[in-house]
Amino acid sequence: MALLRTALRAALPPTLPIAASFLFFGGSYGLLMHAKGFPIVYPLAMGYVIFAGSMEFVTVNLLLSAFDPWAAFLLAIMVNARHLFYGLSMLDKFRGLGWRKPYLIFTMIDETFAIDSSVHIPASVDRGWFMMFISVLCRSYWFGGIAVGWLAGGVLPFDTKGIEFVLAALFLSILLEQWDDDQNRKEGDVSAPRPHPVVANLVDSARPHAPALVGLSASAICLALFGPDRFMIPTMALMLAAFLILRTRLENADDTNGARKGKEQ
Amino acid sequence: MTMTTWQAVVTIAAVSLGTMLTRFLPFTLFPDSRRPPRTVTYLGKVLPHAMTGLLVVYALKDVSPLSGFHGAPEAIAVLVIVLLHRWHHSMLVSVAGGTIVYMMLVQLVFV
Repeated sequence: MALLRTALRAALPPTLPIAASFLFFGGSYGLLMHAKGFPIVYPLAMGYVIFAGSMEFVTVNLLLSAFDPWAAFLLAIMVNARHLFYGLSMLDKFRGLGWRKPYLIFTMIDETFAIDSSVHIPASVDRGWFMMFISVLCRSYWFGGIAVGWLAGGVLPFDTKGIEFVLAALFLSILLEQWDDDQNRKEGDVSAPRPHPVVANLVDSARPHAPALVGLSASAICLALFGPDRFMIPTMALMLAAFLILRTRLENADDTNGARKGKEQ
Repeated sequence: MTMTTWQAVVTIAAVSLGTMLTRFLPFTLFPDSRRPPRTVTYLGKVLPHAMTGLLVVYALKDVSPLSGFHGAPEAIAVLVIVLLHRWHHSMLVSVAGGTIVYMMLVQLVFV
């Protein structure tokens, strides 16, 4: 029990911004389903078996158009293709967690991934249960939001205009946190040779941030080229290409780190 | 509703299957017992931070710099979040502060 309690206590604070976000987005989704005449069991069941916010909104449209399950299946894969990358990044973190592993995969979304991959879990906290609670809490917020939105059925007590920015704020804060992490890793790297001070400093300071910079610039370029509704897939293709081209440069830095860690152990 | 209940259930199941495929495929290809190739490990290391970059752009994708307020409320709120992060290094403070500033801007200033 103490094990579960410490894990829950560690998992709660990082999910609080998500609670605000999911109450709003789940609420809007519940409101929408209510307005379209669906019984409450529909949004809740969809939340349970799909649990991917943007795809649930898209499914409302699918349910109101002609019956075409194959197109729905393909659309779901494209909209959620980013999960493939999340999975690749979490192969190690989910390793050896037994029956909890399929549940963590089943419940993996942007937000749980962002927390599970970025939060430093203290040694005293069980990693598996920490991530389980992140998933369970996020799902509860989502179901809560849907229920509140559906029941509110159009009446809101205060002006929530602009609250959708909480999503951008959350992702930006995660980016800033990861940016600092990169910096710390680089500053710990004292043995790296620096032959040409000015040029080397510039390259050196950019290198630890290369993944974030590639992600930001690939997205910005594809957004400008393909527009807001069609830029996700090209962005992921461009990111993959960029990382494969930059591989020797980025992996070399990593290898020296790995070698040093190996010696310390 | 234009579909029968049965058609709606099949549609939701299809969406669920497609979504679950994207979640389970990497773990099915590389189970615990099988070490993924080096390229995959490398991508798993660099992709998370890049995906955060994509999500930031995704969350701001409908901001249009050419019309309306030219993205001014978003730009101000982003700046506030960066400053709050520098000052306090707490995700909760940055997210709450940035969102409140944004809500005030779109409700009171840029109306």
